[in-house]
Amino acid sequence: MRWLDQLRMRILMIFRRGRANVRLDDELTFHLDHQIAENISDGMSAEEARYSALRAFGNPALLREESRASWSWNGLESFLRDLRYSARTLRRSPTFSLMAILVIALCIGAATSLFTIVRSVLLRPLPFRDPGQLVMVYEHFRGDWANQDGFNYNVVSPADYYDWRAQTHGFQDMAAWRWWQFNLTGERDELPEVVTAAAGTWNFFPLLGVQPVFGRTFSESEDHPDSNVVMLTWSTFERRFSGDRSIVGRQIHLDGKPYTVVGVLPKEFAYPYATVQVWVPYQAVATPESLRHHDWHQSRVIARLRPEVSLANAINQVEAVQYHLHMQYLNDPVAEDAVPRSMIDDLAKDVKKPLLLLMSAVACVLFIGCLNVANLLVARGAARQKEVAIREALGAQRLTLVREQLTESLLICFAGGAAGVLLSLTATKWLAHAWKDLPSAQGIHVDGVVLGFACALVFAAALLAGLLPAISSTGKAVFAALQASSRTTGGSLSRTALRKTLLTVEIGVTVVLLIGAGLLLKSFVRLRTTDLGCTTDNVLTMSYTLPQQKYDKPEKINAFNEELLARLRTMPGIRAVALGSTLPGNSWAGDDVFTIPEHPPIKPGAELPDALNRLADPGYFTALGIPLLQGRYFNMQDRDDHAKKVIISNQLARQYFPGENPIGKHILDSARDKAALEIVGVVGDTLWQVGQPTKATLYFPLFSGNFENSFGFSLAVRTVSDPLAMSVPVQKQIAALDPQLPVSDVLTFDQVIGGSIVNASFSATLVLAFAALSLLLASVGLYGVLSYLMTQRMTEIGIRIALGAQREQVLRLALVDGLRPASFGLVIGLGASAAAVRLIQSMLYKTEPLDPAVFAAVAATLLAVAAIACMLPAWRASRLDPMQALRTE
Amino acid sequence: MIVVDNLGMGKPSDLVQGTLDLLILKTLLPEQMHGWAIAKRIQQLSGEVLQVQQGSLYPALHRLEQQGWIKAKWAESETGRQAKFYALTAAGRAQLEKETANWNRLSAAINLVVSEA
Repeated sequence: MRWLDQLRMRILMIFRRGRANVRLDDELTFHLDHQIAENISDGMSAEEARYSALRAFGNPALLREESRASWSWNGLESFLRDLRYSARTLRRSPTFSLMAILVIALCIGAATSLFTIVRSVLLRPLPFRDPGQLVMVYEHFRGDWANQDGFNYNVVSPADYYDWRAQTHGFQDMAAWRWWQFNLTGERDELPEVVTAAAGTWNFFPLLGVQPVFGRTFSESEDHPDSNVVMLTWSTFERRFSGDRSIVGRQIHLDGKPYTVVGVLPKEFAYPYATVQVWVPYQAVATPESLRHHDWHQSRVIARLRPEVSLANAINQVEAVQYHLHMQYLNDPVAEDAVPRSMIDDLAKDVKKPLLLLMSAVACVLFIGCLNVANLLVARGAARQKEVAIREALGAQRLTLVREQLTESLLICFAGGAAGVLLSLTATKWLAHAWKDLPSAQGIHVDGVVLGFACALVFAAALLAGLLPAISSTGKAVFAALQASSRTTGGSLSRTALRKTLLTVEIGVTVVLLIGAGLLLKSFVRLRTTDLGCTTDNVLTMSYTLPQQKYDKPEKINAFNEELLARLRTMPGIRAVALGSTLPGNSWAGDDVFTIPEHPPIKPGAELPDALNRLADPGYFTALGIPLLQGRYFNMQDRDDHAKKVIISNQLARQYFPGENPIGKHILDSARDKAALEIVGVVGDTLWQVGQPTKATLYFPLFSGNFENSFGFSLAVRTVSDPLAMSVPVQKQIAALDPQLPVSDVLTFDQVIGGSIVNASFSATLVLAFAALSLLLASVGLYGVLSYLMTQRMTEIGIRIALGAQREQVLRLALVDGLRPASFGLVIGLGASAAAVRLIQSMLYKTEPLDPAVFAAVAATLLAVAAIACMLPAWRASRLDPMQALRTE
Repeated sequence: MIVVDNLGMGKPSDLVQGTLDLLILKTLLPEQMHGWAIAKRIQQLSGEVLQVQQGSLYPALHRLEQQGWIKAKWAESETGRQAKFYALTAAGRAQLEKETANWNRLSAAINLVVSEA
């Protein structure tokens, strides 16, 4: 029954604790009284009896504590007591407490938000069956150009995929998918719209283990070029078809062709991006010819590993097949190798670096925040030095005192952490919304792990902020503190040194952050002001795709485009119109390899000349302000059979016609025409995307009647005034020509550019915000330390002034005192930055990591801010009234 | 004279603390007693050799009570004043036997070593 007794004691100790305290006193008193009585009866005097009894008994206060220490719940009780003390202490200095809580809240909030995103994007397994067994497989070229970031994972050609799947045995299965776009037209009177689509092989959904909510996935027999089945993603199902289940089995019209809806995908399926609205079978968007090509790279391949086969082994098999294909098609761009990449990295490829960068920035801010709180606590500790010394002399254990101080920082961090987590809920929502590039295959939300992370942060912060001050203010120099007179002239030099060290570290980290922010900002400004190579002011852009069903002959397409151009060019408010396939700054779109018949043939296997392909109407270059460097632009005669012409970009001329005149020479484009195209002009370079190097480009006449199976067109309209005001009139002209034709991406050129640098702007802005926050924290710290230091030296300064020191001398003295840690920190920070900037080098655009301007600006800013922070306490010291200072003692 | 005291510098060693527990349990075996009487009894029984620092009994008593080896109740003492009387529980009796056996083994072992030298 021992456990029963123990339980009884435990319960007693919760509910009768106050009574137990009284009884303990009674018990001890009883003992002493008994002993005194006995001593008296032995013949001692009353006083002697008392002293003797106490001697035999020991220190009653201490013994009481010891007895209490053996009670249950003692740990909890003392914790609650510490908590009460700390809360009281914090309430006594509300400004300090609020500041500290706010600092910690901001830091922990930011860290939690970023961690939420990092976890969703980089850490949490994808919501598929056995996600660890899934890998992406890409083609890999050995050429130098292919080994730059972004190009080393080359999308796969359909024929390569089919050969891999048929000829290797390392994977359970392989599936492929590619991007597509459809015009979705209404069954009754709904507006037409452009929908983002993906085309996946029939085994795509079974491979991932994704089950449709309604209906079924594609069958093997439905995966062929004339296929007419479609699956809806949940968002489309809800939005466009108002969640009506009877849509399964009915038809919808994509590009004017009827497709039967066979299934609806679950809500949580958002691979590869939430923007995908419909899925069709892989071959539904292919021609039988395109499926035979080993050099038409456009698909992504997902493979599921066999449990017993290693990834290296499986990939080796694919590589063997691929190398064989390469040797077989030496004159085509068929890659030599294959490379795997984990699915989660594949999705996060664009955001991984910025995310990790932001995460490190936040870690720095959190570190600075903790140092700041530590700094403030050290100051507080100094003020309470005597109290602590007295308590230690009376027998308080050092551990108890340390624990008490830690409780204080724990309380601050806990309050800050709670506020921070609330803050992060909003911040995360905003981040996930504003950061367009974040993959959405995983929902981004706070969960248990994130909360656990926040708790761990709170404790880490509390420990970091509390331990140093607690240790420094206890344990040593008890006697020194007690012996020290009330004069504070020489007091606590070591503590000041500690504060200065903390401050130096703080400033050092701030400098690193500032330099990172400065570099990213400079790079962003460079991006922002990049010259795209064409006019971007007052230009409205939009895209449309002419469905093949209706526009089945080149003449029909030409007629539509011509009519549209004619209508727009006569519209008031429009200066010029350009029509092509892909506008500058919009995307890579497509590239072709080509040969030059006038040049000696290229050795089989050597790298082939390669250029972006673009269509352009005769007015394209003038309307967009792309300069003509040689030859002529296209004209209205360059059409149909007379369209064997091509215009090349300056980059192409430099790269492939060095030292010769390209005009009149020919281009033999592998994918496009069997006939050679005559070069009629050379135009200025444009960028295919802001932040990317220029790439050789081929322009083909728009009215050649050869569209290479791609019927998407992009329109650029240069307007007299606000381009967005013209968007509705222009769309009305399109609708007048074909009411079933939806228009997409209605944006100004500035918006297009803004969209492509949104990532850079994001990282730059956030890192700058963090840097500014830490600069503020550092200056507050600097101000606090110097104020404290000056108060400490008040007597000394008073004496100096009384003895005739000039006010300016005192001012200088104080300033130098404050600026010394700042300069140390600056030097350390600059040194650390020089190493740290290498890590962000790849994120910088046309900005050197050791940019002297940024380094100088940061140094100047820091010193200026530090000087301002020091000025007030220094000025106050120099204004000191010596009489008053001496009397304060 | 041996001073049994767990109030020395730092923590009492396990040996000393265990010994004090054993002494208390043994003392309480015949009848219930209050703290002062326990201290006196230990002193008498050991022929004044063991001088327990009286106060140090109390942390030990409270610990034993929390652990369920002994239980306490308030009752009138011989002088008519209320005092806290401690008594062995059944579990405490068993524990006493175990500790006594341990002690015998230990002291026998020490004896062996000491007499050998």
